[in-house]
Amino acid sequence: MEKRVVFRSAWLPYLLVAPQLAITVVFFFWPAAQAVWYSFQLQDAFGLKTQFVGLQNFAHLFRDHNYLESFKVTAMFSALVAFFGIAISLLLATMADRVLRGAMAYKTLLIWPYAVAPAIAGVLWAFLFAPSIGIVTYVLKGWGVDWNWIINGDQAMLLVVIASVWKEISYNFLFFLAGLQSIPKSLIEAAAIDGAGPARRFWTIAFPLLSPTTFFLLVVNIVYAFFDTFGVIDATTQGGPGQATNILVYKVYHDGVKAADLGGSSAQSVILMFIVIALTVVQFRFIERKVQY
Amino acid sequence: MAAVSLRDVHKSYTPELKVIHGVSMEIEDGEFIVILGPSGCGKSTLLRMVAGLETISAGEIAIGERVVNDLEPKDRDIAMVFQNYALYPHMSVYDNMAYGLRIRGLSREEISVRVKKAADILELGDFLKRKPRALSGGQRQRVAMGRAIVREPQVFLFDEPLSNLDAKLRVQMRGELQALHRRLGTTSLFVTHDQVEAMTLAQRMIVINAGRAEQIGAPLEVYAKPATTFVAGFLGSPPMNLIPREGKLLGIRPEHLEPCAASDALLTIDVDLIEPLGADTVVYGHVGDSESVRVAARLPAHALTREGKLALRYDAANVHWYDPQSGRRIDT
Repeated sequence: MEKRVVFRSAWLPYLLVAPQLAITVVFFFWPAAQAVWYSFQLQDAFGLKTQFVGLQNFAHLFRDHNYLESFKVTAMFSALVAFFGIAISLLLATMADRVLRGAMAYKTLLIWPYAVAPAIAGVLWAFLFAPSIGIVTYVLKGWGVDWNWIINGDQAMLLVVIASVWKEISYNFLFFLAGLQSIPKSLIEAAAIDGAGPARRFWTIAFPLLSPTTFFLLVVNIVYAFFDTFGVIDATTQGGPGQATNILVYKVYHDGVKAADLGGSSAQSVILMFIVIALTVVQFRFIERKVQY
Repeated sequence: MAAVSLRDVHKSYTPELKVIHGVSMEIEDGEFIVILGPSGCGKSTLLRMVAGLETISAGEIAIGERVVNDLEPKDRDIAMVFQNYALYPHMSVYDNMAYGLRIRGLSREEISVRVKKAADILELGDFLKRKPRALSGGQRQRVAMGRAIVREPQVFLFDEPLSNLDAKLRVQMRGELQALHRRLGTTSLFVTHDQVEAMTLAQRMIVINAGRAEQIGAPLEVYAKPATTFVAGFLGSPPMNLIPREGKLLGIRPEHLEPCAASDALLTIDVDLIEPLGADTVVYGHVGDSESVRVAARLPAHALTREGKLALRYDAANVHWYDPQSGRRIDT
């Protein structure tokens, strides 16, 4: 049965949604519209003159070697973050699901990292891995690994991936744990009687039944890696060394704020905006159908 | 197929929390055994111990010659039908039945032959490509049985498989289960709280109360000679009347009471509830002054239509005696 509230006056419903609409318009639509507007313009470095240049900013971007490189870096970064974020949290959730004693404490501890701000997480890991004073660096040196992410691009990437994944595991863990707990126990028992060992039970029963959760988290994690990792990068590598960890969202900030290229930066934001819209559409269109069983 | 032995089986979760207190039973090869008891009596736990889903705290369970205490469920050569069917929701009916066979490494052709055969027996041929959610309750139930049949196990275990079906379907499935057992002759353990299922399906039944076996025997034998007041009060609808007499408990089934002239009365009750069921009428009342001793009598359809005093008689041959302290049957 559908329950629907019917308002007698015509303006009351609009009044009730007005605060939400106002927030959305002021903080989302307006800046987005401004970004689109600026992306068609070219400003001089001191912000004295502004000139309408049409799609020139975009054309310029796609000829820019650095920008295309940043695309590759972002793709690599988000793939690594999403994969390890999901894989590790799934492993932890599977183990937590089997814990009987002290399960609450175990779960609570695993959820804590989510409360840490991304920038703090970044600083934390940056200290642990600091080339001169980091404890992990010290251990790695002991094993004969030459660790210095300040000059080694791959190591810098590894650092920001670790910090970002660590931050995201808690969130994924919660969803996976809830997902696992909603799988009827008798299904797993039936599989055990059918002769499946623990690994097989997981891959043929639990994992397929978790697929809606996994797909949801995949999209959420990619969006996270694209945008929310700004704090992690800013607190550690700041896009460096060279362009090794300069992901798209960091480049927007860098080009706009530090390099004062407002038009080019806006054009990049507009492209990012389309990527988010595409991801959201994918999520809403496919999460209901493709992955359901 | 195999015999199953329960030898003084105990189950405790903690030293204080004991749920099975030593159950012993020899189940013959091919027998259909019903484990009957009220909810929470430990009957499902007992079955799950046979399946290997619960550990055995003490005692032994043997399937065939092998003691299976330390064997994983998959090594016990059993198949189980769950109350909620436990069908794999992401697999088709065919895959649900084939799952266990694939794990056991059967060839594709062999699997196909076995699944088709089970589907024929259970009339599931048209549904093999469907997912469980596209099936009705009765069809899902049949798939769950199909999944057990294709494995050709030594023992079938049923954990209240009919309790999620509506009344009509339950009667039908009961019949199908009987036919199936006649056809396959596989040793079966069937857990239920429903005495009708127990009476109709069982070759022998084991009545469990609070983790103890109250009585083991053929259904009619258990009905005719309940070993304890629990069994007497559990079987039958309404169950046996238990009336204190001469320091003992007199047991008499409602259908063994008949109305008579006041002068011949062996028992006089104050009727306060009449339930006409069509074929017959069940009247309820209390004996003499004591409100606590209630008696039910199953009388012919129009024997009584008003409340008040009712004189009843019974045949001495139908009387059972019980010790009020131990609840045990006293055979005279």
